Amino acid sequence: MQISVTVNGVVQERDVDPRTLLVHFLREELDLTGTKIGCDTSQCGACTVHLDGKALKSCTLLAAQADGANVTTIEGLAVDGEHHPMQTAFWENHGLQCGYCTPGMIMATTAFVKDNPGASEEAIRHNLEGNICRCTGYHNIVKAVKQVADAAAGGD
Amino acid sequence: MWPNKFDYQRAESVDQALELIGDEGKFLAGGHSLLPVMKLRLSAPEQLVDIGRIDSLRGISADGGLTIGATATHAEIAASGDVQSMCGALADACGGVGDQAVRNFGTIGGNIAHADPASDPPTVLVAAGASVNIQGSDGSRSVGAEEFFVDLFETALEDGELITSVSVPDLSGQKTAYAKFPHPASRYAIVGVAVALSMDGDTCTGASVAVGGATVKAVKCAGAEAALAGSSLDDAALNAAADMAKADIADWLAGDVAYPESYRQQMAGVYLKRAVKAAAG
Repeated sequence: MQISVTVNGVVQERDVDPRTLLVHFLREELDLTGTKIGCDTSQCGACTVHLDGKALKSCTLLAAQADGANVTTIEGLAVDGEHHPMQTAFWENHGLQCGYCTPGMIMATTAFVKDNPGASEEAIRHNLEGNICRCTGYHNIVKAVKQVADAAAGGD
Repeated sequence: MWPNKFDYQRAESVDQALELIGDEGKFLAGGHSLLPVMKLRLSAPEQLVDIGRIDSLRGISADGGLTIGATATHAEIAASGDVQSMCGALADACGGVGDQAVRNFGTIGGNIAHADPASDPPTVLVAAGASVNIQGSDGSRSVGAEEFFVDLFETALEDGELITSVSVPDLSGQKTAYAKFPHPASRYAIVGVAVALSMDGDTCTGASVAVGGATVKAVKCAGAEAALAGSSLDDAALNAAADMAKADIADWLAGDVAYPESYRQQMAGVYLKRAVKAAAG
């Protein structure tokens, strides 16, 4: 079937098998392999992207359902070569080790901070329940997100 | 993981969805219950009719009670001021489903049609005396939540029928709560208990209780309700209600290797007390 999805600002028209999951569409049709497949069962969050501004586990949606929608992936976060503040914060706080969960972590937390500027550490930790990291113990991830949340609330 | 092959059609209206759906078809909205079981090949419908863009199935309205559209998401329900004021336990339960990304796209209609015994909303809907509004090609009907949930992953929905909305009575005059023992990894309910209490001062004049997670479906607990009604919710009444709840669910217990039936049954009593205290507190 024919679908048209705007991905990172570019309209992408493709003929897909209806059973194509959004994550397969992104990785295999569009070669946007920044989005990872981890558990493939809606739990780990490695495949998190934004669909019309909301965090979505892209292994749990058909590409057909995204027809006409706006999708942002990790490749679309930087503007004019400048990292998104969340990417910078993960870099500065070393919020990663192997890096496999990182794209999903960053997509989930950018959506969260947009809706919750100034979020507490407790709220940040709670919101990370849908994203699993097997390396870091989460502390530096939380530090990175807190840095961006504080800045979004009017800090520097 | 790829699901089996299927035909995909998008419906623009409820009437069109009912026309399109075939014998081996399923309705698709958020897909957050259906697609995971299709990927695991536990379900292999030959046709999906996408109802996710039908305007009449969306939204939450409050007019003497709540009407929650079938494609209202868990996140919308959790954030709704009307739901919070008329049935706080439902807002809490929906706010505890999965994680934020799942709540952004999972819908109440898909959730209850799937009828996972460890899901949260069904337990609250049974305790709240909600009803499920259903449309088929022969007309519409309304089924009480208690009758809607028949057994493990089994509901009163007939082939070709579509959930259009869920009606929840205005319980703002009562005290409601949902107490959940979440699985440490999946966050599904090992035990979930929902209560709605009518209070006159310190006296409980009526109670509605339902247990899920520990059971193959959300189970209404008449014995526990009788033990709470007329009491001042003192320890003796709570202990009696916990014992009655364990008896109420005895025929419906579910379990697994990590959390066997006897353990879940015991914890249902514990979480009943926690739910009552949270509601009355």
